[in-house]
Amino acid sequence: MPVETERPVEEREEEELTLIDRPWVTVVWNDPVNLMSYVTFVFQNYFHYSRKKAEKLMLEVHHLGKSVVSSGTREEMERDVRAMHEYGLWATMQKADG
Amino acid sequence: MSEGFQPRRGGGAVATFNGFEADLLRSLASQLVELLRSEVAGPTKSNDPLEELLDFNGPTSEPEDPVLARLFPNAYPADEEAAGEFRRFTETGLRDGKVRGAMAMIEALEEAGLPEEVDDEQMYVDVELAGGRALDWLKSLTDIRLALATRLGIEEGDEDYWHALPDDDPRAHVHAIYEWVGYLQETLVESLGS
Repeated sequence: MPVETERPVEEREEEELTLIDRPWVTVVWNDPVNLMSYVTFVFQNYFHYSRKKAEKLMLEVHHLGKSVVSSGTREEMERDVRAMHEYGLWATMQKADG
Repeated sequence: MSEGFQPRRGGGAVATFNGFEADLLRSLASQLVELLRSEVAGPTKSNDPLEELLDFNGPTSEPEDPVLARLFPNAYPADEEAAGEFRRFTETGLRDGKVRGAMAMIEALEEAGLPEEVDDEQMYVDVELAGGRALDWLKSLTDIRLALATRLGIEEGDEDYWHALPDDDPRAHVHAIYEWVGYLQETLVESLGS
C-alpha cells in the first residue's frame, strides 16, 4: 500500500470533517481597555488552553484587531460568546467560512 | 497606597486597602449595580401590544446606555434577528451575574471590616479572596474599568492625552481611578497565575 497516495486523502478527510463539525467560530475583538495579561488569563481559564496558545491568541487580538478563539456548533459558540461577555471581552460569532 | 494583590496561601489572592481605597471600590461597585439595574432588561417596545405582553423573556435590542452596550455587545453583527434572539436568552442572566459579582465585592469589603462611613483615614482593610471569589473580583474589576473607559471615551494608545490633562480637570481624576483599578487587576491576574 503506497503511503504517498494515502496521506493526502487522510488530510482531505480531516479538513472536510472540520468544516462539518465546526461550522461556527467565536471571534474576540481588540478593545482599548482589557489588559493583555487578563485576556491571556481568560483564554487559559475558560478554554483551558495552554499558556503558549492563549498568549498567541491574545497577541492576535492585540496586533491584528481580532482572533478566532474557538470553533464548533452554533450552540457551542453561543455558549462561548456568552462566557466571553461574562468576562467582559468583546466577542461575536459567525459562520466559519463567513 | 495599596500595593495591590498578592498570592494567597492555598490559592486566591490577598490585598490591603486603606479606608479611602476600600470605600472607593465599594462606591464603584455600587454604581455598577445601579447602572445594571437602571435600564431594565425587559422586552423591546413593539407596536403590537399583544406581542409586547407575551414577550417576557428578555430584551432583543441593544441597551441605549453606551456602557451597557459595551458590557452586552451584539453577538451577531451581521444578523439582526439572530442578535436579538441571542440577547433575549442571555442578557438578563448576564446582567444578574454581573450584579451578583459587584454585590459580592461590596460584601467582601464590608466583611473585611469596611464600615458604612469611613471617617478614620488611618484604617486599613485586609481583603482575602479564595479562588472563586478572586475570579468574581477579576470580572467585576473588568466591568468597572469598561464602564469608566466608556464614560471617559478612552481609545487605543491615548495615554499621553490623559496624562497631559491639568490636575483640576475632573476627567484627570477619573482617569487616575481607572488606572488604579487597572493596576489592581494586573496584580490580581498575576497573583492567580503564579
